[in-house]
Amino acid sequence: MGRYLRYLLPLGIFAVLVAFLFRGLSLDPKLVPSPLVGKPMPAFTLTRLDDPGATISDSDLKGRVSVLNIWATWCVSCRAEHDVLLELARTGQVAIYGLNYKDNRADAQRWLRQLGNPYIANAFDEDGRVGIDWGVYGAPETFVIDPQGIIRHKHIGPLTTEVLQTQLLPLIAELKS
Amino acid sequence: MKRLLPALLFVWLLLGAMPASATATLEAFKFATEAEALHFKDLIAEIRCLVCQNQSLADSDAELAHDLRTEVYEMVQEGRSDAEIIDFLVKRYGDFVLYKPPLKPETWFIWFGPFVLLAIAGFLLVRALRRQRQVTTAEISAEERRRLDALLGKTDEERDT
Repeated sequence: MGRYLRYLLPLGIFAVLVAFLFRGLSLDPKLVPSPLVGKPMPAFTLTRLDDPGATISDSDLKGRVSVLNIWATWCVSCRAEHDVLLELARTGQVAIYGLNYKDNRADAQRWLRQLGNPYIANAFDEDGRVGIDWGVYGAPETFVIDPQGIIRHKHIGPLTTEVLQTQLLPLIAELKS
Repeated sequence: MKRLLPALLFVWLLLGAMPASATATLEAFKFATEAEALHFKDLIAEIRCLVCQNQSLADSDAELAHDLRTEVYEMVQEGRSDAEIIDFLVKRYGDFVLYKPPLKPETWFIWFGPFVLLAIAGFLLVRALRRQRQVTTAEISAEERRRLDALLGKTDEERDT
């Protein structure tokens, strides 16, 4: 027994080390879980992207399942995920709102004219203050919010068709039932 | 000396460059006293920039780091406590913004893990040393001692010393 332990113990320690490294090294350090998931969405009131005279606030997102997508024209991956947002809009399953983060109003308006507009409305967060309240650290980010205004999910990075099919749409369907 | 000169120059350049990178991000802020400036500097050095994760808020040039420095600066000027400011950031970005993780059940492993390992290593060391001592104190007979001395080449005079 003692003789076997002598060989098995280092092997056991090695196995534990491999298990930890295997898990640790396969995690993406860029994905930081948001403490806001499960909490009411942070309040905000901002001007609308298409109309500086009108405002949009967090209460506009309540009453049904909605998605808040943080984007900007300077964000390369936002362009990559734009088609996916259009695809999500076409399903008609959810109300998509946008937070135009630290952007230029004219540029953002042109972007939507050229690439298509999946959003019901966009809030214009010029100085990024609302972005800080929402814990935004890199566009694009996408929040799923239930009818009571509770944040149910945060997706960091560009949306893909796969993320849409396997994560967002099932969650939206679940929140609606 | 000629050889030493480039090396000294290099060290001097390094020393010169280090504080410059840390203070460059602070130039935009005005403080009434030197103590306030130091306090602000210490506070933002404790906070991680989420964009470039191996840099603190004080060192990072990222846009978000710049915005958060302004946010922290304003809170300091309003007279808010460090705890309030840390809480503000943790509520939005999570514990990950802190270089020093808070003590709670999820972090017990990282706080106490090294001490547990140290205790295990200490226990094994003490056990190994005890075993070794038991071996060295084994009694040998007079006949065995004579043979041992002969093998070691000791003379009669050296014996028993």
